Amino acid sequence: MSAQRRSADVIVIGGGIHGCSTALHCALRGMSVILLEKDHAGRHASGVNAGGVRQLARDVAEIPLSNASMALWHRIAELVDDDCGFTCDGQVLVAETEADLEDCRARVDDLTLRGFHHEELIDTKELRRLVPAVSETCPGGVVSRRDGAAIPLRATQAFKRKAQNLGATIREGVKVEKVSQDGGNWRVTTDAGDFLAPRIVNAAGAWADRIAADLGEPVPLEVIAPMLMITTPMPAFIKPVVIMRSRKLSFKQFGNGTVLIGGGYSGTPLRDENRTILDWRKLATNARTVWDVFPIMRGVPVVRAWAGIEARMPDDLPVFGASARHEGVYHQFGFSAHGFQLGPGAGAVMAEIIATGASNVPIDGLGITRFTQQAH
Amino acid sequence: MKAVTAIDQLAESYDLVVVGAGPAGLSAAARAAELGVNVLLVDENPAPGGQIYRAVTMTPVTDRNVLGTDYWRGAEIVARFERSQASYAGSCTLWSIGPDAAVPEGGGFEIGLSLDGRARLIGARQLILATGAQERPFPIPGWTLPGVMTAGAAQIALKSAAIVPAGRTVIAGCGPLLYLLAGQLAAAGAEIVAVLDTTPRSNWLKAAAALPNFLRSPYLAKGLRLMAKARRSLRFVGGVTGLAAEGAGKLAAVRVERGGSITTIACDTLLLHQGVIPGVNLSNAAGCAHDFDTVQHCWVPRLDDWLTSSVPGIAVAGDGAGIGGAESAALRGEVAALSAAHRLGRFDARERDREAEPLRAKLVRALHGRRFLDLLYRPAPQFLAPRQDETIICRCEEVTAGQVRDTATRLGVTGPNQMKAFLRCGMGPCQGRLCGPTVVELIAEANGTTPAEVGYYRLRPPVKPVTLAELAALPQSEAAVKAVVR
Repeated sequence: MSAQRRSADVIVIGGGIHGCSTALHCALRGMSVILLEKDHAGRHASGVNAGGVRQLARDVAEIPLSNASMALWHRIAELVDDDCGFTCDGQVLVAETEADLEDCRARVDDLTLRGFHHEELIDTKELRRLVPAVSETCPGGVVSRRDGAAIPLRATQAFKRKAQNLGATIREGVKVEKVSQDGGNWRVTTDAGDFLAPRIVNAAGAWADRIAADLGEPVPLEVIAPMLMITTPMPAFIKPVVIMRSRKLSFKQFGNGTVLIGGGYSGTPLRDENRTILDWRKLATNARTVWDVFPIMRGVPVVRAWAGIEARMPDDLPVFGASARHEGVYHQFGFSAHGFQLGPGAGAVMAEIIATGASNVPIDGLGITRFTQQAH
Repeated sequence: MKAVTAIDQLAESYDLVVVGAGPAGLSAAARAAELGVNVLLVDENPAPGGQIYRAVTMTPVTDRNVLGTDYWRGAEIVARFERSQASYAGSCTLWSIGPDAAVPEGGGFEIGLSLDGRARLIGARQLILATGAQERPFPIPGWTLPGVMTAGAAQIALKSAAIVPAGRTVIAGCGPLLYLLAGQLAAAGAEIVAVLDTTPRSNWLKAAAALPNFLRSPYLAKGLRLMAKARRSLRFVGGVTGLAAEGAGKLAAVRVERGGSITTIACDTLLLHQGVIPGVNLSNAAGCAHDFDTVQHCWVPRLDDWLTSSVPGIAVAGDGAGIGGAESAALRGEVAALSAAHRLGRFDARERDREAEPLRAKLVRALHGRRFLDLLYRPAPQFLAPRQDETIICRCEEVTAGQVRDTATRLGVTGPNQMKAFLRCGMGPCQGRLCGPTVVELIAEANGTTPAEVGYYRLRPPVKPVTLAELAALPQSEAAVKAVVR
C-alpha cells in the first residue's frame, strides 16, 4: 500500500545519509514522508566514503551542526537499531613541523574563546602515545577524543530501514526529473510518475544543483570524486583516525587490520553515468604521504581503490536550511567531502526546522543565499 | 619475440596490449605482430602457456603420455608467438585499466603494470583481454581445511613442478575436465582412491536435445576416450548429492551423500572441481558490460561479433569471453587481433572480413556440441548455493553461507554490492573471485530472484594488489621515470 503513496507531508529527494536521516527524523515527528532515490540508498558519497566521524578541524560555521550530530552518533544504535559499525577511538591531526604545531595552537585557542572544547592540543609525547607508528619527527598535533569512524553504507541503510519502519515510504530506483510549484504543493516529476507534497527537501548530493536550478536558485556546485585506497590486513598498530595539518591524508586502520588511505584527492566523476575514473598519479602522491609519515606501511599491498560522486561548494561548506525564494523548500547538500558525520544531526535539525520553523542549533553561514544573493 | 625483463624496458605506449599468455593471448599477439602492429603481451606467469598449456616450454614432466597430446599442441602456439615481433613481459601484473585522459573515449587507455617490484603507467591504443577462465567456486563444509584444494591447483603443481598430491586422493565434482584431471594425475602416479561425480542425473534429460550436435562434434571422441580410460582404471561414484570435508585441523575424510545414503572415505587430499567460468574481474573493473549466460550459468562480458566489449577499444578473447576450450580460444584470439589491427588502420573492413572467414568457420566447428556439455555438466543447485549455513563462502573474510542468506532476507539486501557493506564478502584481496558467483546464487535463492537480476560485484582497481611502495614510487612523468628507474 505504502509503495503506491503519491503524496505526503514531506518529500525528500536523495537517499544518502542526509536524505535518510531527514526522512527518519521527520517520521519521528509524526510527518508522512516519501523519499525518492534514483539508485539505492547510500549508492554514492554516503556509502563509499572513508567513514570518518569527525568533529576535529571543522569550519566554525558547521561546528554546532557537527556537535549535534556527534551526540547522536554516541547513541546511534538506540536511534537506528544498528550500531553502524561506529567505534570511538578519537581522531588525531598530526603536525609535521613546528609551524604546523603553531597553527594548531592558534586554532585550539580560537575554539576555546568561542566556547568549543572538543579539540585539544597535544605534544609529541602524547602524539606518540596515541599514534606510536607516526614518524618520529612530528612535534605534536590536535586530538578530538570523542571522534571515531563508522561503516558508511551500513549506516546509511540503517537510517533508511528505521525511517521505513516508522512509516516513511522509500522509493529506490526512482529518478527525479523536475520539481515545480502546483498550487500549495510541490510537484516532483519522476520516471515513476508524479509525487506531491507541501514541503520538499533537496538532499540530492552531486545532483542537487539541478533541483536548485529548477527552483530558480542556481548554485555553483562542483561535482567531485574523492578517491580512497585500502590495503591488506596489517597487525593492529593504530587506533585513532589520523589526518594532517598541511598535507592531504585521512588514515585509519579497521578492526580487521585493513588500512584505509584517503585525503580527498579527486578522480574524474562522470555523474550522468554513475561512475568515476581513478587518477593513479594523485593516488601515488597519497601513497607517498603514507610512505613518509607511516614507515610501517611501506611494503603493504593496496587491494582496492575507488571514488564516490559528491558535491563541493566553492567555500567548502554545505548548503543547509530553508530556501531563500520558496515556502516549503529546504536545501541539504554540498557537504564537500565531509558530510557523513553531519548526517544524523543535520537530519534532526532539518526535521525540527520543517516542523517548527526554527532550531536552536545555529546554522548561520550555511544558507543558500551566500550563492544566490548577487543574482537579486 | 622481444622479451621485456625490467619495467623501464617498456615503451611509453603500444598500439595493442594483450593481457594473458594462454592460447588466446598468444595467438592474438602473434597475429597482430605478423600484421605489423606494435604489440605487447603481458602475463603474470614466468613462462607462456596460460592454464591449459601452463609451463609447456619448461615443464619437468617429460613423459608425453602423462599430460596428453592436447597439452603438447601448446608448444606450436608458443613457438609461433616466439617467432613474431611482439614484445613479451612475463611475471608482469596488470593492475589497472583506465581511459587515457589525453584522448577521446576509446582512443586509448592508461594501464598500470607491475614487474619485479616496480610499477608504471603506460599507454595502449587497443586492448585484448585474454585472461581466460577460473574454476567455479565449490564451497562445501570443510573446504578450507589443509588437504583440500581445487583440482586445477593440483594440475598447476603437476605441470609446472611435476608435483602430485600426497597420499590417498579423492577427486570430486562435475565437468568434462574432471576426467582429464583424474587421468593426468593417475598417470603421474597419484593414488586416486575415488572419483566422486556430482553431475545431477536429471541433467541428461535437459542435455538430450543438444545431443545430436554433440555426436558430430570433436568433443565426442576425445571425451569418450578420456572417460573410458579414467573409468577403466579408477573407482567412480556417480549420483553424489552432498559433500563435506572432515578432519580436525587437517583433512581426514570426505563425507559423501548419495540421495539418502551417507558414506565416508578416508583420504589425505581432496580435489574439488565444479567446471570453469570466465574470469571477469579485469573486464568488470575496466567497465565492460556483462550479462548472465543462463546455459553456462555464469557472467560473461557483452561482446559483438569481433569480440569487442561495450568499452570501445577493449576486446575479450579466449575463455574469458565465454567457455569454449583451448582450440576456440586460439581462434578467438586471432579474430580479436584482426579486428584490433583494422581499428588501428592496418587494413580495411573487407580485408579484415576475408581474413576472418576461415577462422570463423573453424570456430563454428570447434564450438560444435559445446551446448551439450554446458547443459550436461551444469552444477546442481546445492553446490551453487550451499545448503549448510556454516559453509564458508568468502575465504578472504571468512563469511558463511548462513550469514549471506540471513543478511539477504532479514535486512532485505538485494545485491552483492550492498552485501559488501554488511559482511565484507568480496572485499578481500581476491576481490570476489572466489565468493562472487556463490554470493549471487545465495542472494537470488534467498530473495526468490535470478542471478541475472541480482547482478554482480562492481569491481575496482587495482585488479591485482600493488604495494604501497610501488605506488609511492610511481613515476609522475617521463623525466621522473628516468629518475626513479635509474
